[in-house]
Formats: sequence, structure tokens, C-alpha cells
Amino acid sequence: MRGNNVLGLIFSNVHEEKVRELTDTRTMGSVPFGGRYRLIDFPLSNMVNSGINKVGVITKKNYQSLMDHLGSGKAWDLSRKREGLYILPPFGSESNINNSRIESLASIGLFLKNSKEDLVLITDSDIVCNIDYADVISFHVKNDADITLVYRSGKVAYGVSNPSVYMLDPDARVRDMLIAPMSDGECSYGIGMMLIKRALLIKLVTDCVSRNLYNFKRDLLQRNIKSYRVFGYEFSGFTKAICSMGAYFEANMALMLPSVRSQLFRQDRPVYTKVRDDMPARYGLGAQACNSLVADGCVIEGEVRGSVLFRGVHVGKGSVVENCVIMQDSEIRQNCRLNYVVTDKNVVIKDDRSLVGFQSYPVFISKGSTV
Amino acid sequence: MLPKQEVVAMLLAGGQGSRLGVLTKKLAKPAVPYGGKYRIIDFPLSNCVNSGIETVGVLTQYQPLVLNEYIGNGQPWDLDSMNAGVRVLPPYQRSRKSDWYKGTANAIYQNIQFIERYSPDYVIVLSGDHIYKMDYSKMVAYHKEKGADCTIAAIEVPMEEAPRFGILNTRSDGSVYEFDEKPKAPKSNSASMGIYVFTWSKLRKYLEADEADPKSSNDFGKDILPAMLKAGERMFAYRFEGYWKDVGTIDSLWESNMDLLDPNVPLDLNEDSWKIYSRNPVMPPHYISKNAKVQNSLVAEGCNVYGEIDFAVLFSGVYIAPGAVVRDSIIMPNTRIEENAVVQYAIVSENNTIGRGAVVGARPEDIADKDKWGVTVIGDGCAIPAGVKIPPKAMIDADMLKKEAAVNARK
Repeated sequence: MRGNNVLGLIFSNVHEEKVRELTDTRTMGSVPFGGRYRLIDFPLSNMVNSGINKVGVITKKNYQSLMDHLGSGKAWDLSRKREGLYILPPFGSESNINNSRIESLASIGLFLKNSKEDLVLITDSDIVCNIDYADVISFHVKNDADITLVYRSGKVAYGVSNPSVYMLDPDARVRDMLIAPMSDGECSYGIGMMLIKRALLIKLVTDCVSRNLYNFKRDLLQRNIKSYRVFGYEFSGFTKAICSMGAYFEANMALMLPSVRSQLFRQDRPVYTKVRDDMPARYGLGAQACNSLVADGCVIEGEVRGSVLFRGVHVGKGSVVENCVIMQDSEIRQNCRLNYVVTDKNVVIKDDRSLVGFQSYPVFISKGSTV
Repeated sequence: MLPKQEVVAMLLAGGQGSRLGVLTKKLAKPAVPYGGKYRIIDFPLSNCVNSGIETVGVLTQYQPLVLNEYIGNGQPWDLDSMNAGVRVLPPYQRSRKSDWYKGTANAIYQNIQFIERYSPDYVIVLSGDHIYKMDYSKMVAYHKEKGADCTIAAIEVPMEEAPRFGILNTRSDGSVYEFDEKPKAPKSNSASMGIYVFTWSKLRKYLEADEADPKSSNDFGKDILPAMLKAGERMFAYRFEGYWKDVGTIDSLWESNMDLLDPNVPLDLNEDSWKIYSRNPVMPPHYISKNAKVQNSLVAEGCNVYGEIDFAVLFSGVYIAPGAVVRDSIIMPNTRIEENAVVQYAIVSENNTIGRGAVVGARPEDIADKDKWGVTVIGDGCAIPAGVKIPPKAMIDADMLKKEAAVNARK
């Protein structure tokens, strides 16, 4: 059954400063991930798989690649007559529009007002996970909540900017919320997803704007946490925040684990992405591959170990690619040695080049460069 | 009224493909999987859109469910446009008389109404059983340039194979003076590829005359072309150079898949300017494990390879367990090859399980009697028990296995 009275909202630009190399020419949502995906595929597919029929994608800057990727929303089954995908570009008259989430939300006031859904699910696009929002929605309804915050238990990953830490009652009611507290122990921290009543969202946003308050976490959430029925929903499945280049690399490498793949790429909740119509990957004579994730359209004539190869990558004869993330259509010619390297798309590594990084600090080659 | 289309393509997809045995038990030949992610029909459909032909009628008859579902609204091939696009045309009932498609010509005859809606100048007739990349717009241009009534695409085949084809004997200007269907002593090696461009007004006339003739078998090769030639219509051969393969038999289907693994065969499916479109599975990239060995192979999305593959074509979602070996074989979607199983010179269809230690097929060098050797075929949804040996040239299907299991149970 489709259509569950929930409107999806995705922030496509948040936390971009954390992976500046990757977001120089694109949004966080359009950062390539896992061999064939863009980060936005995860929140978008999660929403669609949970029966959400209407999704607004909030953009701020550099959203050309995002629009190109999303197109009409067809790949996520969101190109529909009744609702579907809405790309929401910056809107307003002042020069400093959409600098904060609250401004972004205020600028789509009309879109929010004209929507019919009672609930709004808001997520960022820097979290890789496969979550069934239908469970969050029934949790929200069961608790008669005004706001439900999705959290994880454990240590906050290194590099997460201003993590929200929640204090929960045994009945899952959120009593208090701290922003970036001094703590390195176990806690319940937010993962950038919340469910809120649409009317309440409009009210809180208007309220903040009228008081010239523009910090979403502090002014909209923290200030109101005791005035409303706020609940916490724990998600314990595989989750990875893309909060640094190291974390980006790790998240890609985590996909080599069967347990991670089975949590992320489930048959009953598939992750959709833009179709490219490449032929299956071709391994040539003398090719060697082990412990690697390889997408369609790759041609492998050399050796690939512990790497993620995106669509259309070419690894030439005699080249050894080890512990690398090679994005789409990059070409590694002959007799190259690459270890701990992340190349953006359309990179060319000419014959006999050697590039070596380190696990915690992979070498990054920017989009379209030739080495 | 619909906007005029200069060219309308009619794709004959009703054939059973009985020579493909268990592979076409539940689906029409054009729907047979090929090349790790395609179905045969992706080739003519992609050729059409890449050639700028926007209107395609697909004539179905035999086991159309899978094919219909696959074609859907034509979106994967960009054939879902407003006034044109792909249309599936099954035989239908009329107020006076209704019929199955009696032959290839009759199938087009029964759909004159469909073609007329677009008032085309030319109709191109295609079949759904060949693997090739061809720009039909060049052939139509040739047809116009020659002022032809019918143009037949022709390819040079080895002389010794010529008796298997319809042979076109031409004059120096390319005009055809004789059409020799499967000649015992061929005069040339220029074989018809089963691709015809007709000037629609002419074809319509001949289709109607053919229908009125009760003795006709209503077939293009046997009736329409000879009749046109006899009446002195302008018929030309259009020389095609490039990869073209009929995949109507187990051997040729197997060979054509293996051709994709040979860098010397001129069939590049990665060409950006001539993509072969298909319905793409929604699956993650494939995973090659630590101890896997992979070379000379084509591997699609969603596969997990823990064993060894060499000269293999793996479709989406295939699982190769540790210790399993797949050589010179084609493994179709979502099949599992369990531990230490060996699959060689075989076509294993969709949703199968090859049990632990089972051996499917054999290498020709391991068989003394060469007549007993051939490609082994396993049909859809079979569970081959552990340790079982399936001989070369065997054809197994799920019903057969069930019957056998029932017999064994009674014992």
C-alpha cells in the first residue's frame, strides 16, 4: 500500500564542510557511494520503501549534479501524477537566504502549508543506512507523539558535527537534549532523522523566524523539548555517518562485509538509483580480483584488491589497485600502483604512476584530473 | 489522428524457439536472457531507438507473459513517448473471423490497422532472435537512394554455412535477381539477415494479395519476397558488416555469450553512442571475495563470487560458493552454485540451485566420444541435488526432476 499520510523532506546540502573534497562541485546528497549510488539514494529509497509517496528535496547550492541524478524521480518510482518528487531550490528575495535549516524550511512554507499529509519526516543525506520508516511512524502514532527523534546508542563517531545527545525516560520520552556535550562514553545520539506533525513544524518555524532565531537544533528543538511530547526511536541497524574523508572511506570499505551488505541492500527494501545501462563488468585474461565490490560497466584487466569500483571504471593490464575507492568512469591505465587512494569521477591515471596513501588518510584525486 | 511516422518497425516476436528446448518452455525466444543482463529483444529494440525509429509494434503469440511484462510501457528503451513508442500486438478476435498469426506475413497483415494509424512511408520488419548492433536509418537511406520497393539486409557468411540461410543472389548494382531459401548448392554467400525494409504502399498490396491466396503459407521468405521478385519489383540487398549472430540454438546461444568474453570479437556493448538498453535489476555492485578467482568473465550486479570462474557469464544475483568452479558457462539470474560444485560447458537457467559437489556438464577434452559431447542445459527453478552428475548435452527441467523424485519415492 502506498501513501501513508507522511511527507518526506530531505536536506541535500547539510554538513558539506565535513567532506569538502567531495562536495566542492556537488551536494552532500549527490556524493557517489558504494559503487553505484549517491548518498541521497539511501534516504530516498528508505522513504519510498516505507510507503512515503511525496518527497521534497531541499537544496541550497551546487545542486546541478543532484538534479541530474534525480531527474523526474522515475528510478525511485516518484515520477507520479499523484504526488511524487519535488525538488525545492532556494526561494526568497534576500541575499542570505537558506543559510540555515530554519530559513530553508521557512522558504518552503507554502509547500508545507499546501501539503495534505499530517506528518513530516525530515532527514539529512549524510547517513548511510536502510531503515524502515513505517516502524518509526507507527511508534510515533502509538505514543501520540508530537515529535519523534531517531537515535542510536553507543559512542558518537569521531567527526560528527554538533551531535545531539538525548536523555530518555524508560518510556522513550525525551526529557532533555544536549548539543555537543563533553562526553566520550555511551549515549543516545541523534542521526539526523525526525518525524514531526506538519502543523507543529510550521508553527515552530514561524515562531523561530519571528524571534530571529535560526539554529534548528538549539532554537527549534532544544528550546521546545519540554513543551511537547518528544519521543526517541532507537535504530540499531548498520549506520554510517559520512562526517570526514576517513569516515567516507571506511563506510565504502565496510561494504565488503557480508553482514553490512545484507543489512544495507535488502531484497525487501532495495536501494534504488539512477539507471545507466552499462554492460556487466568484464574481467579480462589474467585479471585478478579479491575482496572487492565492482559495478556494471567496469573493465578489469589488472589486479583489484579490497577496493570499491564504481560504474564504468577501467583497470589496465599490470596495474594493481588496492584499498581504493575509484569513482565512475575513471581510467587506470597500465602498470600503475594505487594503494589507499580515493579518486573522484572521470580521473585518468596514466601508465606507470604510483600513488600511496594511508588507511586513515587516503590520497584524494579530484574530479576529472589526470595524473 | 496520430502524427505521421516516416518509418514504423514491426518486430516478429511470436516464435517459440523450440530448438532452445527448456529455455523457451515458459517464455518466447526474444525473452531469452543474454549477456549477463539483457534479453534478446533488447537488441532490436535498442537498435530501433538508436536509429531514431520511435514506433515499434511487437507481434507476440507464443508464451507472451514474460515478454509482455518485460516490454511494459517501453520506458527502459525510451519507447514510452506520447504519440509513438512500443506496442505489444497479440492476435485478437474480430467480428467475423479471427485467427492466430498463421505466418510472419499474416502477423503483419492482421495489424495493417496499427501501421496505417501512423501513415508511414516505410515499414521495417525485424525478428527477435539475433544479436547485433545495426543502424536501421542507414538501411532506410539506402532503400530511398535505390528507389527500392524492398531492401533486405545481407551479411557474408562462410560458404559452407550458406545452405542454412536464405541466400540473396544479386547483380552488380545490388539488386536481387534471385532469393534462394536454404539452397543445397548456394551461388553466393550473401545471407539474408531477416531484416526487411518495405515501401509501405507496396507491402500492403502484397500482404492483401497473399492473404487472398488460400494456398499461401503467409510467410515473408516463402511467399511475399518470391511474389515481389516475380512481379519485377525493385528489390535490393543492403550489405551489413559487423557482428551478427542467430541465437536460435543452444550451441549458438552459448557461443554468442562466449563471444562477449573475446576481445577480438567486434561486439562492444559498452559503446556510449550505441547503448543496448534493458530493464536493470535493482541490486548492489557484485562482490568478489578474498579467495575467489575471476578472469575472462562477465559479472552482473548483485552477484557474490566466492569460488572460481573462468569464461563465465553471470547474470544478476548469482551466488558462487567457496570451492565451486564455473567454466565456459552461462549462469542466469538468482542461481546458486553450492560448495565444490563444478559447472562446465553449461547454460544454467534462472532460480536454480546446483547442490554441493554436483557436476554439471563436461569439457570436450574429457569425453572420448565427441558425438556425446554438447552444452548441458538446466531449465528454470531446478534444484540439482548434492553430488549428482549431469552428463554433457543433457537437458533438465524442473518437471522432469519432480517426476523422477516421485518415482524414487515410490521405490
